[in-house]
Amino acid sequence: MAHPRPTLGSGPSDYRDRYDNYIGGKWVPPVDGRYFDDIAPLTGQPFTQVARSTAADVDLALEAAHGAFPAWARTSAAQRALVLNRIADRIEENLEALAVAECWENGKPVRECLAADLPLVVDHFRYFASAIRAQEGSAGVLDNDTVAYHFHEPLGVVGQIIPWNFPILMATWKLAPALAAGNCVVLKPAEQTPWSILKVLELVGDLIPDGVLNVVNGFGAEAGKPLASSDRVAKVAFTGETTTGRLIMQYASQNLIPVTLELGGKSPNVFMPDVMAADDAFLDKALEGFAMFALNQGEVCTCPSRALVHESIYDAFMERATARVEAIVSGDPLDPATMIGAQASNDQLEKILSYLEIGRAEGATVRTGGGRRTVASDDGAYDGGYYVEPTVFEGHNSMRVFQEEIFGPVVSVTRFSDLDDALRIANDTLYGLGAGVWTRDVNDAYRLGRGIQAGRVWMNNYHAYPAGAAFGGYKQSGIGRENHKMMLDHYQQTKNMLVSYSPDKLGFF
Amino acid sequence: MPEAPAGHRRVDITPAAAALVESLRAQHGPVVFHQSGGCCDGSSPMCFPVGDLLMGPRDVVLGEVAGAQFVMTSAQYRLWEHTHLTVDVVPGRGAGFSLEAPEGVRFLIRSRLLTDEEAASAAPVAAG
Repeated sequence: MAHPRPTLGSGPSDYRDRYDNYIGGKWVPPVDGRYFDDIAPLTGQPFTQVARSTAADVDLALEAAHGAFPAWARTSAAQRALVLNRIADRIEENLEALAVAECWENGKPVRECLAADLPLVVDHFRYFASAIRAQEGSAGVLDNDTVAYHFHEPLGVVGQIIPWNFPILMATWKLAPALAAGNCVVLKPAEQTPWSILKVLELVGDLIPDGVLNVVNGFGAEAGKPLASSDRVAKVAFTGETTTGRLIMQYASQNLIPVTLELGGKSPNVFMPDVMAADDAFLDKALEGFAMFALNQGEVCTCPSRALVHESIYDAFMERATARVEAIVSGDPLDPATMIGAQASNDQLEKILSYLEIGRAEGATVRTGGGRRTVASDDGAYDGGYYVEPTVFEGHNSMRVFQEEIFGPVVSVTRFSDLDDALRIANDTLYGLGAGVWTRDVNDAYRLGRGIQAGRVWMNNYHAYPAGAAFGGYKQSGIGRENHKMMLDHYQQTKNMLVSYSPDKLGFF
Repeated sequence: MPEAPAGHRRVDITPAAAALVESLRAQHGPVVFHQSGGCCDGSSPMCFPVGDLLMGPRDVVLGEVAGAQFVMTSAQYRLWEHTHLTVDVVPGRGAGFSLEAPEGVRFLIRSRLLTDEEAASAAPVAAG
């Protein structure tokens, strides 16, 4: 049974006609009084409006954040952990409502929101609540009378620019460590998905001291740029594409502040011949691993969008893998049985379709899919939605569909002859974010895992995102990491206090 | 940056996209395209005011469309050089800092293979 569609109203998944910014613990209208439409990808129709902010709104948010910072930075780790745990509890209590809202705004199937996105959100807040409690500074005895103390201190006010593919989870990846470490945040959601995080704030706003978390909506050129280029932020974190990533790094260089950038990939998924050594649970798991390119409609930075299959099993494996892809259940994304939803925006849909064209023009063979998909509904509401068929291309690694992030449910498959060949192809890319390796041989697994130049290599699994595993890119996929307790370092200064307990002078002067 | 090179064109623009460039130029002054890659709105061209994005020695100019240079990194160009690009525009909601997003539209690249004749005589790219 499908969940009811969100509607204009006051239900837990419903929307109001318009949303303001969240600044200093209050809903604040944009200074210019302008709003923009938020479009539901399931229908292609606008459903609410959100603030179209400018530099003036970013300034208000920065002011609120700076006002809140001294007190927030002084709170005990226990107190901040408590806030994070309460946020997690509140989200967990409202998980279904948020899942439906996120499905409606982003287009992803509610099945995924319920089983992955939101449980991960809850867990990430709890993980960083725990991590900050357990974090300690250090005291190093350098000699009998000299001690080096190291303290963790928050950076200050940080700017975070969130992508649209996981509107709540990607915000959480950035928020949870930043807040845990004692920073205040000005967060700009993506213009495709400005609403989901506001639904979260409606639920958890009262748990967070005013000004600690501020959300300013708007367009990148109008609101993102003033945030990223502000001399009042101590750090900028961005997930998105390479050109804007470069621009953000350029602004940061002018302010001499650090950035973390997560800029996507073209992740290889390698299937060694022994995956077909038996027709067993492991093979079944590997076939699911192949089909993972369709998770979240392929709108994942680590989408396993290149599959490398050993030539000795190629035909048999691809027959099974194609059948698995064709078994992906399409339908109303609000139905928990539906496995694939709508692309997040019309331009995303158009971009994917343009790649389906260039793939064919370059000589890639469409093994299945290859076009737009329709989703029927009694009232025809989904006729204008942004749906694409899960598509399997076969070709070679120099084709553009093997080299560029399509960000759609499209995998490009090629064959390899041996482990070295697999490594060569896997690494023949500008990016290095994710990779998958499927084999029953621990030695091959180790060699491939170490040899692939990517920040995350999934070994006999794919698309798992536990809070305790570091995530980030090699090569052009970005700078810095997300997740794992090491993330606290990305939001902290190191204060070294170097103390001499000796009463004696050095004797230099 | 140097002038766009002469020869068979590697990049063109649709009339609708050209009109949008004109409109953006009227609002923001001279603009430039930089082809993005990677996550989210990657693989889309970003349109910025000239001078906003610092071009570097590893950027190459593929040509000029509607009075705006079209630039990408040389690493990306090596993967794209066999294709002809057309800058188009579609309704949409691009993230990133591209100038057109507030207009409710998004620049989009349409690609085709260069013909043999074009490939033989296409204009060389110029360093950025």
